[in-house]
Amino acid sequence: MTINKSMNVLIVDDYKTMLRIIRNLLKQIDFNYVDEATDGAEALAKLRSGNFGLVISDWNMQPMTGLQLLQEVRADARLKSLPFIMVTAESKAENVVAARQAGVSNYIVKPFNAETLKEKIEKVLGHA
Amino acid sequence: MLDSSADASALIERLEACRRRYPASDPEMVADIVRAVLSTMRGDLTAPETALLHEVAELGQVIANAKAEIEALRANDISTSHIPSATDELDAIVTHTAMATEAILETCETLDTMAETLDPAYAAKLQDATTRIYEACSFQDITGQRITKVVQTLKRIEEKVTQIITAFGVGEAMPAAAEEISLSSPISEEALLNGPQLPSSAMDQSDIDRLLASFD
Repeated sequence: MTINKSMNVLIVDDYKTMLRIIRNLLKQIDFNYVDEATDGAEALAKLRSGNFGLVISDWNMQPMTGLQLLQEVRADARLKSLPFIMVTAESKAENVVAARQAGVSNYIVKPFNAETLKEKIEKVLGHA
Repeated sequence: MLDSSADASALIERLEACRRRYPASDPEMVADIVRAVLSTMRGDLTAPETALLHEVAELGQVIANAKAEIEALRANDISTSHIPSATDELDAIVTHTAMATEAILETCETLDTMAETLDPAYAAKLQDATTRIYEACSFQDITGQRITKVVQTLKRIEEKVTQIITAFGVGEAMPAAAEEISLSSPISEEALLNGPQLPSSAMDQSDIDRLLASFD
């Protein structure tokens, strides 16, 4: 399986330290084109104006949550097939079900390790 | 005079209606009214009437005692001083650990840059080490969310204390508490956002993988 690592990846989290951590972990697995947003609304604007191959988003953000962002992405004709990974501390079954029903590509619970991030990205992009 | 238990029930209903109509009535005023009514009672009372009036008089005394005890406890300090102070301390913890985490990350990034100039074997080892540090630094996000939950709980306690203080007319009136989330209502997104679960009750990544796979 060959993964295109030159794609643009958008990471979304209201916590800048987490953005920095994910960016560095992505860099270590050779994803070097990474953009950031600190809430769903900013992410959606970037997705609509840019060309991204993957979204990695937190859930619990304001004013637009990660779930709302996912719903907007799936409702957008141009973005609806975009691979979308939710990375969140929300680990209840109802959260996973809600995200799945909204069309999430995969779900990572915080705290996570680099291997899990790599594995989920490969799985999602392998199916994309 | 009260002629039957039906009259007593009617009186209780009227008192209840008054309580609903004037929820923030000054308890001292209520106690005064009870005393005034009792002092105007004339004639013979039946045993149930006497018992009921005795209960009402005791109720007035209980309210007055509770008010005095709340005043003695300086409950107002809980909402005006103790809880704001505790939340400030918790906010400081978040700020300071965030600063420390940023410093650690910055150092790791320097090491990553240096690794690019090293022999590949050493570079890989160094990168493995920085990866572990990046992973560990995500604690900051989790602890931050946990502390936020504690702060929210403290604020709810503060609101409840304020409600009690206001109801008993102790200290100055405070803003009304936020409305509660009903546990029996359909799951809204707000209800889904609970932050990190305690390890004893949380699903781990393998549980989530299994749950997701069950949809395929």
